[in-house]
Amino acid sequence: MKKILSALLVLVMLFSLVSLSACKSEEGNKDDIKVGLICLHDENSTYDKNFIDAMKQAQKDLGLKDDQVIIVTNIPEKSECYEAAADLVDRGCNIIFADSFGHEPFILQAAKEFKDVQFCHATGTMAHTEKLSNFHNAFASIYEGRFLAGIAAGMKLNAMIEAGEFTAEEAKMGYVGAYTYAEVISGYTSFYLGAKSVCPSVTMDVQFTGSWYDEAKEKEAAIKLIEGGCKLISQHADSMGAPTACEDRGVPNVSYNGSTVSACPNTFIVSSRIDWAPYYKLAIQDVIDGKEIPADWCGGIKEGSVVLTDVNTKAAAEGTQDAINEAIDKFKAGTLNVFDAATFTVDGKKLDSYKADVDTDDAFTPDTEVIENGVFSESKFRSAPYFDIRIDGITALNEEF
Amino acid sequence: MSVKTSPAKQPLFHIVKRDAMPWWKSWLVRIAAVLVSLVVCGIISVILTKENPFKIYGMMFEGSFETERRRWMLIYRTAILLAIALAITPAFKMRFWNIGAEGQVLIGALAAGACMFKIGDSMNNASLIAIMAVSAIAAGMVWALLPAVCKAFWNTNETLFTLMMNYIAIQLIAYFSYVWKPKGTGQLGVINQNTQAGWLPDIAGNKYLLTVIVVAVLTVLMYVYMKYTKQWYEISVVGESENTARYVGINIKKVIIRTLAISGAIAGLVGFLIVSGADHTVTTDTAGGRGFTAIMVSWLAKFNPLYMVLTSFMLVFFERGAAEITTQIKSLNESFADIITGIIIFFIIGCEFFINYKIVFRGSGNKNA
Repeated sequence: MKKILSALLVLVMLFSLVSLSACKSEEGNKDDIKVGLICLHDENSTYDKNFIDAMKQAQKDLGLKDDQVIIVTNIPEKSECYEAAADLVDRGCNIIFADSFGHEPFILQAAKEFKDVQFCHATGTMAHTEKLSNFHNAFASIYEGRFLAGIAAGMKLNAMIEAGEFTAEEAKMGYVGAYTYAEVISGYTSFYLGAKSVCPSVTMDVQFTGSWYDEAKEKEAAIKLIEGGCKLISQHADSMGAPTACEDRGVPNVSYNGSTVSACPNTFIVSSRIDWAPYYKLAIQDVIDGKEIPADWCGGIKEGSVVLTDVNTKAAAEGTQDAINEAIDKFKAGTLNVFDAATFTVDGKKLDSYKADVDTDDAFTPDTEVIENGVFSESKFRSAPYFDIRIDGITALNEEF
Repeated sequence: MSVKTSPAKQPLFHIVKRDAMPWWKSWLVRIAAVLVSLVVCGIISVILTKENPFKIYGMMFEGSFETERRRWMLIYRTAILLAIALAITPAFKMRFWNIGAEGQVLIGALAAGACMFKIGDSMNNASLIAIMAVSAIAAGMVWALLPAVCKAFWNTNETLFTLMMNYIAIQLIAYFSYVWKPKGTGQLGVINQNTQAGWLPDIAGNKYLLTVIVVAVLTVLMYVYMKYTKQWYEISVVGESENTARYVGINIKKVIIRTLAISGAIAGLVGFLIVSGADHTVTTDTAGGRGFTAIMVSWLAKFNPLYMVLTSFMLVFFERGAAEITTQIKSLNESFADIITGIIIFFIIGCEFFINYKIVFRGSGNKNA
């Protein structure tokens, strides 16, 4: 009796599963469009919050209704990501975005299967070699934003030197990075070069945490740097660890991903971030208009993809905003280059030629000459950063891959 | 001789072990517990979201049933959870507290992934898949045998031992992810994305069906093993009392080692199914905590494989439903899904107490002895 009953229950369950049927919506104009966004974490991570906020902004600007945008969070970088993408397709999405580097192979898998849906993967590297018509990468020239933030940092150091807090030779910055790879190296190098452009004697220590989000480790790393003599801290990791460590110890902080001024009113100087809204609007509009989405898009200051928060006048040096504005104008005019080979040396020598690993392969073979006219052309041959050179003046205290 | 007790000195209530409840009554209690838990979840959801509770229940069903893919995901996830529960059941029946299923699945997954990664190009797909399956089963077996042998010969604590083996498996995966993809993000990504070497074939265009069939066969085999073999009887006796087992001439060492070999082999096989059938990658959360959830599946089902189908189905259904609620209601995040599943599981486990015990209030139980 028991056995029969449980067998029956199992049968009933199976039938109920198979008998329900699916429905799918059609492509068409703005009202029919449906957008999906896959996030690694949720709003508690500054990184994902930045994407989610941008999507909400794009939704508002394009006049999409709430049920036209589906945001799924906490999707890990494994087959759940493919499943989430496939599920979004089932729910009628015409265009699907993903926000984390490790999502890429799974989004690519979905793109190969669902050919009439557009997939846009942020920070990825494979679109320019895969050449699928519905798989796209995007990034921003955030190194320009970090250079601007570096200017603010350098001016703060100058002000502290003038006030007699330490000598010019002691001007050392600290940087908390997640991993030792191109995205982070490109970021901290541009930050350093920005600072160096106004404070020539500056040096920098970098401490890696081996995680994109680990509040305790980031805080610990910041404290270690401060105790090692760093006068100013910046970070490229997603928690509040480093900014709060700076606030506790009264050390100035240049932040990332958005303003941390509310938690750190006395030490926050400025923050650079990528604004994904321009890209989201562009890509969604392309789908509405039936146009092709760029395969590998890189937004800059001009497109509104790279933005700086307001300067916190309480912590920043006088005239910081003006200096930043001046540099922005030069970027827009094309007269300023972040990785100008004349401004840095590698092992004491100027860099004349460098082959970077632009086309992704398992062995990370360098394949493309990236020095053009004395400038390292970052984000030109693909949108994701490939500057991975260790330049003089920066000391990596550890390595984390 | 009679002793008089004054009723005034009795506590307000006390707990009495029940006689065996008729099976239909115990199932009524369980169903009632699930319903009550849903009501509580509804109330909490309404307080937090101000939504109509029936809409929230509707979302739970949508999470599992709305599209064909979701129905397949539900079946597939149920199958995987069920298979892990089948893996730990023989050990638990023997009162060998094997909380290392997570690690046994992971090490099986790592073995399968290693074959895909290292020798994926050197042979045809059928032999590759066979090699993957064999090495995954062997790896899972070794992972379970280590604590089993130590328990059998030196009476080490199997709970701690199996738990520690989980962490070793996790660290090994992290280590090899780094060694194999030194400059990446510490993730292997999709292995053999272009060649699809080592991927289980689709059946009738469905990539989950083969896994589901394998698990169904496994369930039947385990049922037969439990019902009709002498080995299962030996397992039960060792579980009930080692002295009795010794008295009737059962070789306890042999039974422990043999049983854990079976447990580990099934767990390793699950690792293979996950990697080859669906994930096509290995990460530290390939098992995703299901090695622990499976203990509950097995325990709630009283080690009966047919009931395990039900309990694993139920747990997966609630998990998917809760995840759907957090996606549809934008003000909620993943923690809400954890709250919902937590409440439901609390009621399900709690009701087992009332099936086994009853509460007698002062004054109500004054029967004459």
